[in-house]
Amino acid sequence: MDAAQQETEIESFLALEEGKQLLRFTTAGSVDDGKSTLIGRLLYDSKSVYEDQIASVKKASVNRSAGVIDFSLLTDGLKAEREQGITIDVAYRYFATPKRKFIIADTPGHEQYTRNMATGASTAHLAIVLVDARKGVLPQSRRHAFIASLLNIPNVVVAINKMDLVDFSQEVFDSISTEFKAFASDLDLGKLYFIPISALDGDNVVSLSPRTPWYEGTTLLDYLETVPIEGDEVAQEMRFPVQYVIRPTLDFRGYAGQVAAGRIRPGDPIMVLPSGRTSRVKNIATFDGDLAEAFAPMSVTVCLEDEIDISRGDMLVTPSRMPHASRRVEAMMVWMHADPMEIDKPYLVKHTTQQVRATVTAILHKVDINSLAKNSATQLHLNEIGAVAIESRKPLFFDSYRKNRVTGSFIFIDPVTNATVGAGMILDRTPTQQRSSKTALLGVEFEKSRVTVAERTTRFGHQPATVWLTSRLEVAYLVERDLFDRGYLIHVLADDVDSHLLPGLAKMSSAAGLITICSIASTEPEERERARALVGADRFIDIDPQTLSLHDEEAADQVCRLLEARGFVRRDYRGTSGDGI
Amino acid sequence: MDRPTLTHLRALEAESIHIMREVVAEFANPVMLYSIGKDSSVMLRLAQKAFYPAPMPFPLLHIDTTYKFREMIEFRDSYTRQIGANLIVHINQQAVDNGANPFRIGTQNCCGFLKTRSLLDGLTEGGYDAAFGGARRDEEKSRAKERIYSFRDTFGQWDPKNQRPELWNIYNSRVNKGETIRVFPLSNWTELDVWQYIHIENIPIVPLYFAKKREVLVRGESLLPVEHDIPRLPGEKTQMVMCRMRSLGCTPCTGAIRSEADTLPKIIEELFVMRRSERENRIIDHDQEGSMELKKREGYF
Repeated sequence: MDAAQQETEIESFLALEEGKQLLRFTTAGSVDDGKSTLIGRLLYDSKSVYEDQIASVKKASVNRSAGVIDFSLLTDGLKAEREQGITIDVAYRYFATPKRKFIIADTPGHEQYTRNMATGASTAHLAIVLVDARKGVLPQSRRHAFIASLLNIPNVVVAINKMDLVDFSQEVFDSISTEFKAFASDLDLGKLYFIPISALDGDNVVSLSPRTPWYEGTTLLDYLETVPIEGDEVAQEMRFPVQYVIRPTLDFRGYAGQVAAGRIRPGDPIMVLPSGRTSRVKNIATFDGDLAEAFAPMSVTVCLEDEIDISRGDMLVTPSRMPHASRRVEAMMVWMHADPMEIDKPYLVKHTTQQVRATVTAILHKVDINSLAKNSATQLHLNEIGAVAIESRKPLFFDSYRKNRVTGSFIFIDPVTNATVGAGMILDRTPTQQRSSKTALLGVEFEKSRVTVAERTTRFGHQPATVWLTSRLEVAYLVERDLFDRGYLIHVLADDVDSHLLPGLAKMSSAAGLITICSIASTEPEERERARALVGADRFIDIDPQTLSLHDEEAADQVCRLLEARGFVRRDYRGTSGDGI
Repeated sequence: MDRPTLTHLRALEAESIHIMREVVAEFANPVMLYSIGKDSSVMLRLAQKAFYPAPMPFPLLHIDTTYKFREMIEFRDSYTRQIGANLIVHINQQAVDNGANPFRIGTQNCCGFLKTRSLLDGLTEGGYDAAFGGARRDEEKSRAKERIYSFRDTFGQWDPKNQRPELWNIYNSRVNKGETIRVFPLSNWTELDVWQYIHIENIPIVPLYFAKKREVLVRGESLLPVEHDIPRLPGEKTQMVMCRMRSLGCTPCTGAIRSEADTLPKIIEELFVMRRSERENRIIDHDQEGSMELKKREGYF
């Protein structure tokens, strides 16, 4: 082979190498279940452990009077930990195969390290839960599975280890798998896969073991190399938290950020939260030229067609598919600090690119991480997990954590010590504290409904909205006729009902998924603001009568266009097939 | 439905850019520590991308020990000028004047004065509250648990027991007056990722990385380039050897390796074939058990 030919071969090899995908996974295990050995084995067998690192481990092994190579020493990092012989923090390891690059978040499995497990799990696409074949499903395996579920890791591999110590018995493997599945059915766990392994001897880690002829699945490494990792977030509604405004000259104003969900193309309509202003994407500017499309999780700079005042903490979203906007959220919280979480104590919540003051208003329950029982609590201590209600100083724009790990997650910071004290995952439900005395008065208990707003939206094919329209009843009925004919579920609440009941009724209609026009004779700021608060500012359209045409049909058209601009209705919408959303 | 995904290099790039923007948005006076090496070159490119079309919104700080290779200094001056970066060079002149060098005071003390002390002084003088560094977690075992935002007390010291948990892509940037952070945007990159990125991005690097015949002293497995009056053993003579640097440090403490790799693809191929750890030829990491951890506690990057 001549030099030029050789060069071409290297280049094409590099092209393949550089096109690899990235899989982040986490391992949780307790002392003695062989986690470090398994990771050492993966690193060693995938030949990414450098020769001299192995040489230095050999030296250390001698000091600790172990016999052969102790694979766990490849991974236990800090000196103090090596002396104690346990891993006490999250350590990140890297290896690659010809198919993928891998990042392992290696975490300890003890209950007192729940926060470390949660940290490692937060960025993982896959979790390896280790089970000792001799011991079966122990509380620690349940704990690991629960954390994988809590942090919404889409894939879970149950590696049943030390099969060499149970004579590679299929019965043992089957019975542990069955037990684990039964337990997992109570959790909202990702895709499950069971593999019988011996980390020590390498069975089914990289190559299929002749000692488990009954096993019909694939090896651990093969599974890691082939499990689908195409992000669900790309298929979702566009979310773009603004990190930083780039404005080098008067001619350029770009909003820098990382796409949290969905895709953005030039020409796409966007809405800015919290202002509600709308515009279109002019271009997506990068160092490498303008892009035809950006998708999660790319870091890009978006320029808009209109000059709008936008700053860090704002979010660009698809107008027709808005996130929730509220000062009140309910979330699962993992407490990460020795000082317990206190109700009403001031904290800072950092959510996407926003940082605002917040308090915990209630602990709904605390989860016993071993039994999964829900208990009442007045505090959350280090490593405890609970469902909490939070109230922030300014509204947060969020999706549920189940749906989007970026817009559904936050951290809590102690404003005095600056420590990161908690990690939260936002739940998909309306906070119970939002229940107002007014709606309770009406005997409406829609918060207890088993049907969520999201489900109604999917069924109806559109979102609820509440239009506050003063003194133009005829316009309201024209809009109702027009949108009803276009297939929308819409009705008019005229103020012949007792006007102080209007906000509560609007809330009911909204909860039922309807588009509601509140047509009232005169402006009552107090009632309007109560309605806005009850319905949620993001679903509330306040129409300034000054801006409407005096001609009823023109005014009705203006209202429809406003609803279009805010993304609640679409020009091309027909019917409620539900597939449009 | 078609769901595009990023390659590992583009995913790492997106993460690093996100980190840089967070720091610039939330800190008053950030700086980028520039070591002239390949990791610094990658960091510079990422910074250009993060703030495009604006110039990089922070200066570069080079801690010059005065023992750097001549080619490094030439590259530093020409490349930073070319991309319009604001370069600040800091030297612990007092220590240099007092004759601090590894031959006289040993590598540990030399690093202490010319790198660690000098770095802390340079950061204090500039009043920087955040400093980007090019360290990667795959470089050394003690780095595996390093955070992306690494907190330093008012003395610039690192307490491994008192680091903040980092979840998702949310970073806690709150510091008290006098406290600072070191930020490692390349935390999740490996040496191979860095080389591959340099390859696909066509990023300029110091010529010392490419193999050519160089005048060296051969000591066992080590090849020591002849620069800065390196003391010779009795009767020792230099030889011309085809070699290159795998990492760049100070001349007395950085060995070359025998190599024919005179292009980027050849360097990457060599990495696949050789599989030797990158810091093998940097003497400082081997002078004590757990030595990098000790240096970090004292404030070394």
